[in-house]
Amino acid sequence: MKTYLRAMGNVSPQPTYGRREIPLAVIGPTGNRMMAMEPDYKELIDPKMLRRMSRIIRMGVAAAMECLREAALQTPDAIITGTAYGCLQDTDLFLTRMVEQHEELLTPTAFIQSTHNTVGAQISLIIQCRNYNNCFVHRGFSFESALLDAMLFLEEEEGETVLTGAVDEITDRSHVILSRMGLYKPRDFSGELIGSTTRGTVAGEGAAFFLLGRKPSVQDYCTIDGLKTFYKPSNVDVAGNEIRDFLDELKVHAADLDLIITGKNGDASHDSHLNEVVQDILPGIPSLTYKDLCGEYPSSTAFALWMAAGILRKGKVPATKNSIAVEGIRRMLIYNNYLGIHHTLMLVTAC
Amino acid sequence: MPAPVFIAGLGAISAIGNNVQENLSSLKKSIPGMGTMRHLPSVHQQFIPVAEVKKSNAELASLARLPSGISRTALLSMIAAREALTDTGMADVSSWKTGFISANTTGGMDRTEDFFIPFLKDNSRGHLRDVVNHECGTVTEIVADALGIKDLITTISTACSSSANAIFFGARLIRQGRLDIVVAGGADALTRFTVNGFNTLMILDGEFCKPFDERRKGLNIAEGAAYVVMVSEKVMATLSRAPYCTLSGYCNANDAYHQTASSPEGAGSFLAMKGALQKSGLQPRDIDYINLHGTGTQNNDLSEGTAIQRLFDPHYPPMSSTKSFTGHTLGASGSLEAVYSALSIRHGLIYPNLRFETPMKELPFTPVVELLEGRQVNHVMSNSFGFGGNCSSLIFSKS
Repeated sequence: MKTYLRAMGNVSPQPTYGRREIPLAVIGPTGNRMMAMEPDYKELIDPKMLRRMSRIIRMGVAAAMECLREAALQTPDAIITGTAYGCLQDTDLFLTRMVEQHEELLTPTAFIQSTHNTVGAQISLIIQCRNYNNCFVHRGFSFESALLDAMLFLEEEEGETVLTGAVDEITDRSHVILSRMGLYKPRDFSGELIGSTTRGTVAGEGAAFFLLGRKPSVQDYCTIDGLKTFYKPSNVDVAGNEIRDFLDELKVHAADLDLIITGKNGDASHDSHLNEVVQDILPGIPSLTYKDLCGEYPSSTAFALWMAAGILRKGKVPATKNSIAVEGIRRMLIYNNYLGIHHTLMLVTAC
Repeated sequence: MPAPVFIAGLGAISAIGNNVQENLSSLKKSIPGMGTMRHLPSVHQQFIPVAEVKKSNAELASLARLPSGISRTALLSMIAAREALTDTGMADVSSWKTGFISANTTGGMDRTEDFFIPFLKDNSRGHLRDVVNHECGTVTEIVADALGIKDLITTISTACSSSANAIFFGARLIRQGRLDIVVAGGADALTRFTVNGFNTLMILDGEFCKPFDERRKGLNIAEGAAYVVMVSEKVMATLSRAPYCTLSGYCNANDAYHQTASSPEGAGSFLAMKGALQKSGLQPRDIDYINLHGTGTQNNDLSEGTAIQRLFDPHYPPMSSTKSFTGHTLGASGSLEAVYSALSIRHGLIYPNLRFETPMKELPFTPVVELLEGRQVNHVMSNSFGFGGNCSSLIFSKS
């Protein structure tokens, strides 16, 4: 089920919008939260629509439109989105008014934009796309499920192109709640995230969309050769076996991998678990991290795929603080682990 | 020919019954499930009729064998999903590649609402246990873990077409050999969030809803859960019970008209129905029954009816909206109606559209008003349309 990645768009805590690779100057976290750098939406979205859109809708629509613009495609054959938290800002707004006004005198706008499929729906509305439209909302598998549906859609020859991506936002209140759950480092955190010896990570957010094709095109970044998720592996060995099986099924040897992108997030115990698995199964292969760029959030693997595609097009890692001296990169594995529950593998190869 | 997908088990809980048999019995006796809100605390309790499952959280928790403090959506989901698996007669699914594809729109919102009251006063307050299951995906995982399913777990949320899309996606996974067994469907509990949301849109009927009636005034919001167990041919061969039917066609399209309203001509619903027919290789005249989306709102019924007219004229199959029994169960409605469609084929039944009196002036057809029994029902079309223009049609066929 090889799929061709033709175009992409990314709104993230880095200046990635309108770019194809990691920018040279990387912006580190301020405290325990990394906010997306939002583009100027006015050139992209009708101001009348823009006014009603919450942040997540704006970010999602912008990333999707950027992707379609790069693909020079008006109407994809499917639009498939992933979001773990959905439209938090509108949900929060309606819920707050409902509680404070004791269920009286409410207005519908926030409610109708609070449904999880709003971003995908708004994209289809703007580009007048009546084709297949789906939305996956499964925590650390939200993007993965959307990508799987996209790949199966193309495999079943239901169409030639799919616009797929993921989007999640942080709101002030969601950040308070998730902080209380112990996910993040202290509010005054500073320094390098990766390699940190304390617990907790840094919150992130963003929107990344991709145009996938069933057949190759001249502008492809890479191919997605395989995608696998596994759920709650009971220990490091089980996780290792899943990775081994994935590579075996794709007839790829560990030695064929030029680079690994891992989902290390700066939480010492999370990262040591990840290290153990990777060093055991894939020893000696150079590896990169990505959550120091986008923060930790359930659909962050969309950012990882964006980063991988940019690297594969150039064949080398850009000179950022992440830089490692590897050239001629042709094949990469992305391995993410979200909360130890949701594990993701993606194999991507240069065209 | 693509690999067939068999429906081998059913599970349902709704305002008209706590299991499939009770649902069927209410459908046959024309007993609707709407009434005054009893379990959801809301200022609208006396004014907005709803179709509630007739059990408290404590009673549901005991049926589900789960703690009562978790979301009601998870409790409903657990009860129906377990019934569906048991119904297949399979003692153990662990030797097969098995998936759980569930849909919901509210997640743990019923608990989040409680959390928000103290939290808004002071953001260090509110019990985290009330918000820990807020995400839609968490509801799915509670049930998947209890059922011991882990090969593929995901959650779909496309508003009112969510669980139709869950069945659709499950079928794709089986057709392409990714999985052998998929438990697919959806659940949604009543919440103040959704009751108030639909109320602000002014599409709630103050009385029991009247789908496809000229004098319809809106929908009745409801809760429930329903699942089908879909299996591959290989698994089917090992089962001692006959399948209910196959899922022969499915299509998903988008109306691309408005965030909440359907286009007057029903562009999205037309494409979904037409695409599902194409996928199944059937003609409109092959359809023996349409289980309508039929919410009872002015907008939906006109839009859906117009699309049906365009596709089926002049040969209209019998049609009805079982939302006249169950109300609109949102994320559960697609799979609840899939269960009713499978039962229609198995038992040769066409369900009545309750409270229908006056034909819509725009449409040349009317729904069935009395139970039809002893029919040869070979192919049923089931429609589910939602906010965001998400339209899906499924076709179930005698196997």
